[in-house]
Amino acid sequence: MSTHQHSFDERFEFAGKAKTFSLAAIVIGVIGILYGFLVDGSEHHTVRTFSNLLLMSYYFVGVCVAGVFFLAYQYMAQSGWSVSFLRIPQAFAKVLGIAVVFLLVVVAAGLLLKHEEMHEGHKVMAPYLYAHWATPGLTDPKSEIYDSIIAGKSAFLNIPFFYGTLVIFLGLYTYFGSLLVKYSNNEDALGGMVNYNKSFKISAIFLVIFGFTFPIYAFGTIMSLEAHWFSTMFGWYNLAAVHVSGLAVIALTLIILKQNGYFSWVNESHLQDLGKVIFGFSIFWTYVWFAQFFLTWYANMPEESVYFYKRWEPEYKWWFWLNIGLNFVAPLFMLMKNDDKRSMTRMKIACIIIIIGHWLDYYLMIMPGTMENHREFGITELFTFIGFAGLFTFLMLSALSKFESLIPKKHPFLEESLHHHIQ
Amino acid sequence: MSSTKFILGCFDDPDQMMDGIGKLQKNSIPIYDVYSPMPIHGIEAKLGVKESRLGYAAFCFGCLGATVIFSIVYYTLVHDWPMNIGGKPHFAMPNFVPFTFEWTILFTAFGMVLTFFFATHLAPGRAPRVMDLRATDDRFVIAIDAKGNVPHDDITKILKDAGAVEVKHNERKYVSYE
Repeated sequence: MSTHQHSFDERFEFAGKAKTFSLAAIVIGVIGILYGFLVDGSEHHTVRTFSNLLLMSYYFVGVCVAGVFFLAYQYMAQSGWSVSFLRIPQAFAKVLGIAVVFLLVVVAAGLLLKHEEMHEGHKVMAPYLYAHWATPGLTDPKSEIYDSIIAGKSAFLNIPFFYGTLVIFLGLYTYFGSLLVKYSNNEDALGGMVNYNKSFKISAIFLVIFGFTFPIYAFGTIMSLEAHWFSTMFGWYNLAAVHVSGLAVIALTLIILKQNGYFSWVNESHLQDLGKVIFGFSIFWTYVWFAQFFLTWYANMPEESVYFYKRWEPEYKWWFWLNIGLNFVAPLFMLMKNDDKRSMTRMKIACIIIIIGHWLDYYLMIMPGTMENHREFGITELFTFIGFAGLFTFLMLSALSKFESLIPKKHPFLEESLHHHIQ
Repeated sequence: MSSTKFILGCFDDPDQMMDGIGKLQKNSIPIYDVYSPMPIHGIEAKLGVKESRLGYAAFCFGCLGATVIFSIVYYTLVHDWPMNIGGKPHFAMPNFVPFTFEWTILFTAFGMVLTFFFATHLAPGRAPRVMDLRATDDRFVIAIDAKGNVPHDDITKILKDAGAVEVKHNERKYVSYE
């Protein structure tokens, strides 16, 4: 319980193994992407590589956005317990800008680069991503491939609006994230309540904007891959996935840093509370996932059921069930007991399972829309994942090392967090 | 032989009571229990109180709830009187999820409350076990079993030294019993 032995001026030093491994992972990722585009000889290799790039940059943005979201609701709730590790989500928020650039580049390239494809007996120039609505001619009544359903959605699904909202929303998230980091740094320099009050206000504004815009962001970026299909649950389903995977990454980062001698002030109670949040939001993810599935299954309308019909084909069925196993059953039983949430090893394993599980979750959202029944799993998928994991680790740890201290030492609730004790 | 059954050290400050616990432990005097009007951080660890088993009860009640409703609905809608609802199979698993989920939660919540009430003698019809009535108001009370812990005067002195405002030598265990 003694809090006097900690050095709050301790800084994170990014060097040694962490740096070597994350750089090596980035190299592996680059090799994987080059392999996917240039070496892989299979018919759909370009679409496959684009799908993987979209998946991982969406995941990357999701984890960083979850950092901003976590900061914002911790400030809004005026919670004290999380202060001791707020630097980690702050580091995520700092990286968000770069993640956004990656996603915007992938989406732009996927929309603008085109290839010849057969579409209902007609040769069309389909883009590599979002071909279901972005293929020229789909909304033109004179065209041979005119699709009245897509034409009806073209007010939302047209490139300027689609890309514009993406830029604006992600730009706003990045801006609010950077403000929260800036206020925290100012607080350390100046002390007092001014910066805390500013953070509180900006968090409230962010949460309103985030709540209304995030579903639209998810509808655009992922749901429009299968543009004929729609689900109003999809936005919340994605928010749950983004949030729980972001929390798992926060917890994993914290545990690994603690095991390497940093964050000595973080105790079992912090870990248990973090575990509770991860446990709770895994259940929430399942709840939304099931709500979406259940209504579709019950109503049984062809235009809605087709989404799950595709995922029920032998090609995807195993993965469909594995998704529930990794993201619901595993955290449910692994994190149910208090002792398990307090154990670093147990939490670490649960977090890794959730991180892999949500990769699979995104995989099942994206691949049936882009690769359809030519789904593959191999070098491209693995290497892209490793590459982006390395990129995230590298950028996030560099951002973390730039903080003057590993704890916001003049945060008004600092003492409460240091003495955090439950049970 | 003294007729004292329990010695109660009544404190008006939780920190002094914690100090009193420490002093008693240093003198190897076993503490029967401690009563406080509010939760005190770290007291369980200091007294060596075992972790609550309420969670296990909750888990069992949850499983019971799931089993009960699953069986009822299976018997009525699949076995006894199958009906065609929207052309779905009679035993359609997704249908079973919402109410199984709800009953799991319902039984867990009610079961935990009942278990807690019975374990703490708060259930209706049971007399609550109170050693000192002011322990529910503004006194922090350390109870020591008088039997075998002698001499009583030494215990009284330790409690007084720690800052007890009053030391009682009670001849009965619970004042709330008639």
